[in-house]
Amino acid sequence: MWKWLNSYADPERSYNLAGKLLPWLACLAIALIGVGTTWGLLFAPTDYQQGESYRIIFIHVPAASMSMMAYVSMAIASFIGLVWQIKAADWAAASIAPIGAVITFIALVTGSTWGKPMWGTWWVWDARLTSELVLLFLYLGVIALYASFEDKVLAARAAGILAIVGVINVPIIKYSVDWWSSLHQPATIKITEKSSMPMEMLMPLLINIFGFGVMIATITLVRYRTEVLARNGMRPWVRALATKEVAK
Amino acid sequence: MNRGISYTRAFTTLFMRDIKIAIRHRGDIFNPLLFFIMVVTLFPLGVGPEPQVLSRVAPGIIWVAALLASMLSLERLFKADYNDGTLEQMLLSPQPLPLLVLAKVLAHWVLTGVPLILVAPLLAVLLNLESNSYGALMATLALGTPVLSLLGAIGVALTVGLRKGGVLLSLLILPLYIPVLIFATSAIDASGMNLPYTPHLAIIGAILAGSLILAPIAIGASLRVSTN
Amino acid sequence: MAENQKSEVLVHANELTCIREERILFDELSFDINAGDIVQIEGPNGAGKTSLLRIIAGLSRPYAGEVHYLNQNITRCRDEFNHDLLYLGHLAGVKSELTAEENLNFNLSISGYHDFDTSSILSKVNLSGFEDALAGHLSAGQHRRTALARLWHTNCRVWILDEPFTAIDKKGVEELEKLFIRHAESGGCVILTTHQDMGVVTEKQLRKIRLDYRFV
Repeated sequence: MWKWLNSYADPERSYNLAGKLLPWLACLAIALIGVGTTWGLLFAPTDYQQGESYRIIFIHVPAASMSMMAYVSMAIASFIGLVWQIKAADWAAASIAPIGAVITFIALVTGSTWGKPMWGTWWVWDARLTSELVLLFLYLGVIALYASFEDKVLAARAAGILAIVGVINVPIIKYSVDWWSSLHQPATIKITEKSSMPMEMLMPLLINIFGFGVMIATITLVRYRTEVLARNGMRPWVRALATKEVAK
Repeated sequence: MNRGISYTRAFTTLFMRDIKIAIRHRGDIFNPLLFFIMVVTLFPLGVGPEPQVLSRVAPGIIWVAALLASMLSLERLFKADYNDGTLEQMLLSPQPLPLLVLAKVLAHWVLTGVPLILVAPLLAVLLNLESNSYGALMATLALGTPVLSLLGAIGVALTVGLRKGGVLLSLLILPLYIPVLIFATSAIDASGMNLPYTPHLAIIGAILAGSLILAPIAIGASLRVSTN
Repeated sequence: MAENQKSEVLVHANELTCIREERILFDELSFDINAGDIVQIEGPNGAGKTSLLRIIAGLSRPYAGEVHYLNQNITRCRDEFNHDLLYLGHLAGVKSELTAEENLNFNLSISGYHDFDTSSILSKVNLSGFEDALAGHLSAGQHRRTALARLWHTNCRVWILDEPFTAIDKKGVEELEKLFIRHAESGGCVILTTHQDMGVVTEKQLRKIRLDYRFV
């Protein structure tokens, strides 16, 4: 297992492997999100309480749940990079960060768009939205820190430490915000009650959640490949690749 | 030649050195304190002098100001040591790095956190804080400001090698300050309504215990990256 | 000096690669440093001399490769290595807010020494009478001497010195060189960089590791 992992940590091999996986994952992501979104937006039944506006959950919930998952995967990659000094893991973490931030941003925008018909205002200090906002700040911190170091090996280590500190804090922040929100506004309408959701709504939602996960993986691979090239610019194999591209 | 590793000796040596340097450089102690007082006095000018409004927002104002003052003062925590090479010597000393880091953070807290706690009641008077909230204010500050120092020091350690770390620092550490802010202000609110606030204090205490153990490790690792 | 002690490998560099800002400073560099060696790292500015010293000291992490101390990776035995390592970098590690004596006192205490006589150590570097002067008020040479004073009170075997002769006068350099020879003869090693020619340490006693500026 360890040897196998290490052999793929070699930049050139991981670059090629990512290239091979890419088309498959891309097709899967397009198919899943296509099916889930069409089903959700066009065919799923209308909610008796919220009418048509509830349909934004088919984007909002996948984005919100994946924003968290992306952060955790980034922290895990950083941890592997820091402890076992595997550079491929550092590059992977650096590739996930901006994607996670965008997904978090999507979750925030869709959440507040949903808030307009629900609460009559664009922004409510609801526990979910507030913790999404804090999560966005955490992402931006990691990205900003990574960008401020000239030396990207150091940048990855610094951003990695921050990501790990962040991931330890996320549950505490989440808990405190939940607690704070229940203190200040005891009676908000719960916006998602998955347990009471009928099958015809739940299925497209689950498909979309999975689809978002695959989509994040796909974009991460694209970014990972460019990250590998950027960090290994002085290596012969990258130069050979570049001359081949130019010749084409 | 007498040589031996003693944790207490290493800790006190570094602690006393930082105190001594700060005493010879008094500005570093007073400036964050003045900042704290200034920010708090700006708020009544901004939101209006009605006593009810002020006493409603007093806990939040004092805590947010304390947060910012702590962050500003922390910025210099490792800078001087980084610039003159003593930080390298600390990293290469045979003493465990988390211990040395803890000594520095503690010295910093004694120099900036404690004065802040001491002037807080005075500012609370200006903001017309509920009279039964003073105990909670002091208790939350006493438990909470060390957490601010510990968590903030991680961000400072990560940015100490960068030329312009100031704004970046706030982006890195302010999100981490949120739980302390929430529990501290709601403890003060609860005490104002004559409700028990020990559970809030217990949570802040738990956060303090956790960060006392974990933060020095993170700070040490960050310093190794920054001095690379 | 016993011959077996002399051939003992203290520091071993194993295929070190250093990349700074996407430029390869050195690639797969390996060497041994034995007890009794005085090693000078040579090369033009920007060739990576300081980077190499910092990697050996464990301050910087190499891009690839590892450094061993007594056959153990220094990342695995950091405390033991630090216990036996005396590193003086470009930055002297002297605080200008403290006096020469307080600085020496702190530097020695943090390395674990106790019950030492600071004034006699300071007299070895010609700082007698300056014990109570703030380091910020000392001249550049005296400032440097405050840092170097530690060399006269140490039992570390590995000395890593980055430009130790900067701002030091001729006589001071000679004394330092004599100290290096004494240290090497008692089973330690000195790894240093300098652009000055050494007068006392002869070519025979000195080993050189050359780094070249690489354009790729």
